[in-house]
Amino acid sequence: MIRAAIATVLTLLALPAHAIEIQDVTSPKGIKAWLVQDDSIPFVALDIQFKGGASMDAEGKRGATNLMTALLEEGAGKRDSTQFAQAVEDLGARMSFDVDDDTLGVSFRALSENRDQAGDLLAMALTQPRFDESAVERVRAQVQAVIRSEATDPNSIAAKELAAQAWDDHPYATSLNGTQESVAQLTRQDLVAAKNRILARDRVVVGAAGDISAEELGPLLDRILGGLPEQATAPLPDKAELQLTGGTTVIDWDSPQTVVSFAGPGIGLDDPDYFAAFVANHILGGGGFSSRLMTEVREKRGLTYGVGTVLATGLFGQSWQGGMAGGNDTTAEAVDLIRQEWGGMADGVTEKELTDAKTYLTGEYPLRFDGNGRIASILAGMQLIGFPIDYINTRNDKVEAVTAEDVSRVAKRLLDPANLRFVLVGRPEGFDATN
Amino acid sequence: MRRPTIRPALMLSSALVLGSAFSALAEMPEDVTHFTLDNGLEAVVIEDDRAPVVVQMVWYKIGAADEVPGKSGIAHYLEHLMFKGTDKLAPGELSKTVTANGGSDNAFTSWDYTAYFQRIASDRLPLVMGMEADRMANLKISDDDWQAERQVVLAERAQRIDSDPAALFNEEMNAIVFDNHPYSRPIIGWKDEIADLTREDAIDWYDTHYSPNEAILVIAGDVTPEEARRLAEENYGAIPAKGEAEPRMRPQEPTKQTERRISMTDPRVAQPRMIRSVLAPERNAGDQEKAAALTVLADLLGGSTQTSVLGRKLMLTGKALWVGASYDGLSLDPTEFTLSLVPPQGSDPAKAEAALDEAIATFLKDGVDEADLERVKTRIRAAQVYAKDSAHARAYDYGQGLATGLTVEDVNDWPDILSAVTADDVMTAAREVLGEGGGVTGWLMPEPPEEPMAKSAPPKPQTPEVQG
Repeated sequence: MIRAAIATVLTLLALPAHAIEIQDVTSPKGIKAWLVQDDSIPFVALDIQFKGGASMDAEGKRGATNLMTALLEEGAGKRDSTQFAQAVEDLGARMSFDVDDDTLGVSFRALSENRDQAGDLLAMALTQPRFDESAVERVRAQVQAVIRSEATDPNSIAAKELAAQAWDDHPYATSLNGTQESVAQLTRQDLVAAKNRILARDRVVVGAAGDISAEELGPLLDRILGGLPEQATAPLPDKAELQLTGGTTVIDWDSPQTVVSFAGPGIGLDDPDYFAAFVANHILGGGGFSSRLMTEVREKRGLTYGVGTVLATGLFGQSWQGGMAGGNDTTAEAVDLIRQEWGGMADGVTEKELTDAKTYLTGEYPLRFDGNGRIASILAGMQLIGFPIDYINTRNDKVEAVTAEDVSRVAKRLLDPANLRFVLVGRPEGFDATN
Repeated sequence: MRRPTIRPALMLSSALVLGSAFSALAEMPEDVTHFTLDNGLEAVVIEDDRAPVVVQMVWYKIGAADEVPGKSGIAHYLEHLMFKGTDKLAPGELSKTVTANGGSDNAFTSWDYTAYFQRIASDRLPLVMGMEADRMANLKISDDDWQAERQVVLAERAQRIDSDPAALFNEEMNAIVFDNHPYSRPIIGWKDEIADLTREDAIDWYDTHYSPNEAILVIAGDVTPEEARRLAEENYGAIPAKGEAEPRMRPQEPTKQTERRISMTDPRVAQPRMIRSVLAPERNAGDQEKAAALTVLADLLGGSTQTSVLGRKLMLTGKALWVGASYDGLSLDPTEFTLSLVPPQGSDPAKAEAALDEAIATFLKDGVDEADLERVKTRIRAAQVYAKDSAHARAYDYGQGLATGLTVEDVNDWPDILSAVTADDVMTAAREVLGEGGGVTGWLMPEPPEEPMAKSAPPKPQTPEVQG
């Protein structure tokens, strides 16, 4: 029975992306969005992304974009923090603001019956945030608490060290939260400046899904985003060149386990071998229980609860990363295995590995589109990267076209253990001090 | 399936406009079907054809709180071993087959249940149902696998608990809050007891508890109820029940007379944090009103920084860096109502705790602000609309509800029961869980600065202290 089912996989793949129809919408004021309309549940989800993210921080103002983003929900126009949140709750609407190294994202949900009113509130938050002193001080203290927590968290310590070695003087090299000192010095003026560096119409992409037509979405876009400045006040960040060297860095941390982070050169989305690397990553460490690393490190030897890798391809730079945690006494064995599997990819993959990887990656793709919230976020993500609107119909063909030779070639080019940097946070046995 | 009614979308939105209009208890949503096979397997089907995806979940009504003393961790260890194959499936083959078909799968264990799920293209539903049914009846645990998997579980414990002071602290809190009920034990098990679990323990656990009449099947997504039922009969129908399902009787917690306090110090802690926990009733079949009042109370007290009672009184005034209230009534036996607090940096934790006590006392005296209550209810009603966006989450609601002793009707009724909560209900519940006595207050503290010598030696790292 199982064999028969696998044989039918190809029929699924042959299907088009199950009738997902993306509409390209332009508002009366010229704001663009991609929309998937579905009126089965009476609400709309918008995913609004502003390019640049926390990498838009000005020189010496590290943490400004993050603090500013956290304050967008803390009062706008005539409403203070409490009044603003009450107004959102009165409508049953939801809005949340988040920032990462690449984008400032707004996730918005509004019931069909009052979505214009909810849109007006979001517009207020984006165009007239108050940055009241009491809210600034309160959120500043919370951010500083996060920074303190990160300083005693081995995962954060490892991530910070790896980023510092990887990205030199690019914003990617440091935490978007900033430091105690940099955050302490941020003024209200800095927050207003940080907002103007990113919240502008030339930086925004919008994904929309749910109970709204293209005709209705245009005016809603203008309601929400029409009041933003045409242009941001600062250019997008430069591309970051990966500075990592091969080797092992050990950071002493008193714990029964060692956190293992590792990274090497990555690949851009515009690289002709991107999809070959995408398939290679699945086989190496992206594919959960079926990956080579999980098989060797967890399933066969029980050295970890989980190990995995990811193509960390950002808007401004890329690496190929992985991580795990394991006992101090077995970390050396695990690191050796990871290095061995990393390099072993260049020796080729089996036809079965390749087929299994492609079947998973193509079969999993349509499953992602199961809900307004998820669709809105995929649509925004595609625009952020600059994919064409028909990408969802061509994407699986690109995965299918990857050959074993392609995988070996990209592995030879990128997965060289000599270029792999390990950062170990713990008390791993058998490692000398930092080198 | 019932005839379609005007209930779902239209009624929800009009309820929102009308405010607190009380409605009769809910009918079965038109996209939900419920049936029981002859062997006792109870099934819920949630149809959602917006995407060609389906989720299958099997929930066993057995969890860590059903373990015998000395064998903590066996429920969770068996969950791991359930991926080790049958006569037809090689170790790991189930997950690999799901992955090779573009799906994903996993499992989770709690005190009250152990559950397995797959998310996959809807035309692969027969495949995953076949495999899930196979391991319900025919699990094989080979000599090669059980010891390596025990190492994996120990590594999981080391990573998730032993390397994280907050998790260790929660484990200690739990062991104090519950001293008679087995909720006192960590789900993953105590380290030394996990290390002693054997293949025989696992097989015994499986043979005793993994039976269709002690399981719930939930199918959600792009499948018709007729097709789901046919597939359920075909795959699970022939599996015999292992005797009568026994009532799940566990030692209950006696009434608490004293307040207890613990503190734990760990150099890996960045800042002090307090948790206060009090025993609270859970959701019970046909009797969810008290739990609904407690759910609304938690939201009113700590649901939002900007609008909740404690957020406004403590966070917006700078008396606390963070404060929260939490309650989850989906539990077989009585559960907890908890308050959490992080004092402002550099301040005296005792002062922040006193401010929390004062805020609670004031709330108990002043009562519920009607406008606050109305907003919480508006959020609850809107949440119902948004919840329909995820078939997976709805599957979870039914699975968890049925696994903790509720009926499908109880799960359906819950939003209306929440909407019917009055200010008086909230205050009655508040006086029970926030009044005098019976709670456990725990502080997780960073290592004190080296220089100033305390009168007594500072507590050693990771050594919990029990006072009172």
